Amino acid sequence: MTKEALLEVRDLSVSFRTEDGLVRAVGGVSFCIRKGEVLGVLGESGSGKSVTMMSVLRLIRDPNAIFAGEVLYKGRDLMRLPEQRMREVRGAEIAMIFQDPMTSLTPVYRVGWQIAEQIRAHQSISPNEARRSAIELLGAVGIPNPTARVDDYPHQFSGGMRQRVLIAMALSCNPDLLIADEPTTALDVTIQAQILELIMRLKDDFGSAVVMITHDMGVLAEIADRMVVMYGGRIVEEGTREEVFYDPQHPYTWGLLGSIARLDRPKPQRLTAIQGAPPSLLHLPPGCAFAPRCPQRFSRCEARPPLHDKLGTGHLDACFLEPEAKRTRRAVGIADPGLAPS
Amino acid sequence: MTVFLVRRLVWTAFVLFAITVLTFLIFFATPGIDPAAAMAGRNTDPATVESIRRDFGLDRPLPVQYTMMMKRMFVDRDLVSYTNRGVQVLPQIKAAAPVTLSVVLGAAVIWLLLSTLIGIAAATFRGTVIDPLLMALGLVALSTPVFWLGEVVNLLTQSRFHDSLLFSWVPALGYTPLTEDPLLWFRHLIIPWIVLAVGFIGLYSRVLRSSLLEVQNEDFVRTARAKGLSERRVMVRHVLRMSLISFVSLFGLDFGALVGGGAVLVEVVFGLPGVGSLIFRSASGLDLPVVMATVIYAAFFIVLANAVVDVVYALLDPRIRLGRTQTA
Repeated sequence: MTKEALLEVRDLSVSFRTEDGLVRAVGGVSFCIRKGEVLGVLGESGSGKSVTMMSVLRLIRDPNAIFAGEVLYKGRDLMRLPEQRMREVRGAEIAMIFQDPMTSLTPVYRVGWQIAEQIRAHQSISPNEARRSAIELLGAVGIPNPTARVDDYPHQFSGGMRQRVLIAMALSCNPDLLIADEPTTALDVTIQAQILELIMRLKDDFGSAVVMITHDMGVLAEIADRMVVMYGGRIVEEGTREEVFYDPQHPYTWGLLGSIARLDRPKPQRLTAIQGAPPSLLHLPPGCAFAPRCPQRFSRCEARPPLHDKLGTGHLDACFLEPEAKRTRRAVGIADPGLAPS
Repeated sequence: MTVFLVRRLVWTAFVLFAITVLTFLIFFATPGIDPAAAMAGRNTDPATVESIRRDFGLDRPLPVQYTMMMKRMFVDRDLVSYTNRGVQVLPQIKAAAPVTLSVVLGAAVIWLLLSTLIGIAAATFRGTVIDPLLMALGLVALSTPVFWLGEVVNLLTQSRFHDSLLFSWVPALGYTPLTEDPLLWFRHLIIPWIVLAVGFIGLYSRVLRSSLLEVQNEDFVRTARAKGLSERRVMVRHVLRMSLISFVSLFGLDFGALVGGGAVLVEVVFGLPGVGSLIFRSASGLDLPVVMATVIYAAFFIVLANAVVDVVYALLDPRIRLGRTQTA
């Protein structure tokens, strides 16, 4: 709480006008990212995690999208920045890497050229210098023989190698914040670990804060400093990694934790699954969005619970249950709540 | 790359050979078409027809006829027209080709420039009134028959308003070689260029627009934006560059077909003595050697355009280039 906030999102809402009506993808989300920290954003498909982070960079260009709220980056509101200024932020101060490395590079340009293109968009240096930086970066992300590979085309790289190229590109201008949108989802498990390790190592070298968007609890268990859990376009729980993993407050988080296969304890009969399906963003329930699927729901869930700090420790959650009631009920919600510290 | 080119050349030669055989068979072995009778004219006695048949070697077996005709066309280069026995075929094509090239090249420049601009404008202004307006105009242009448009323009510029200030610069229908008088060449051709280009502008701008919109949704475009590139650079260097691949192949094929005589309507309407006009005249007069020669000429350009498209395609898209050499 003491460290300076790098990026502060205040009550961000994103809606899309569609033929069926207004789809509210993100409904009033507030959180902040501090310098050098790793913030994990957890949620299933359609929970609004990607839309939130794409909106931070103003990368959603759908003319039917409606935005509201503030995104304060170093004191400036990015939502109100002129496009020209915004472009100077994108790629230079806040960089983003995406889910599918196979399709995220332009197929007709050499990878070195694509990295150099970004550098030259933000710094006035010669093509040769930019190329040298590109080679250096490719080496830094663990591409073997970068001097030769810099002139290869994207299709000559494997998925994991392409993600490395994209990471090199994202870090090329030494950003203060790196947003990684499910960077390992499309990759093999062994490669996933390498890429995560790489991001964590480079984060230290470059001193960037990282927002890691994922639906993989395992990833966040390893790297996140703090976590935000999203459901139905809202934040339902926010706290440090230890708080969220060892003292989860929201029944949705319990469900997520209960659905992990763990090797360090006796195998349960079945993994617990969260019943039902994610809510349609077109017809969100007026109360708690998770209520229809929640085994713990009671009369108060008809109203929408605020994101509040019931524990008084900065560990926020959006559930009407009292902390004491949660502790007793959680045992039912997850197989074993007392996850031992690793 | 070399393997790719050589394979392409061998294939091209084979296709051309197949086309000559097919054309020959269509014109010389189709029941009901008797070149000798056609040359003799109506109400000629059978003896005359027979003598013509012998005279032109039309009584010989087909393979012999084919070989003789190919020999006269490619080796001796003295193939003569059936209807005008004194006139050689090859010089006619040689004289017509530059006219057609002039017509088509000029039109191509116009239609490429305009359709690119319109396509980009429509894709950029998607969601505003500009996009559907441009696309509706494109549809009108695309559906306008080129001969009708040509005749209307002729009517305006050659007769009704020819003496008005607006069109007094328009010369009479016809053609002047570039080498003789560049300005007159241009004045002769500017209207045919525009008329020929109109339909293609409509088609190409629509094709480019939809391709641009498709590419805009690709992940790499999002990456390009996230890099902090200007919207213009994203559009030109990434979106347009990828759309060009399909655009260029379309252009190559159309261009080849036009050079090969596809501009016949424009040439006839504007009295331009190009390959299209030549095909038109020889086909209506059943002048088989000329038809044969022009068809081969046309086929050559279409096949050539195909080959060029393939090479350019490989140049534009590294995935194709390297894919070929790796498997070769």
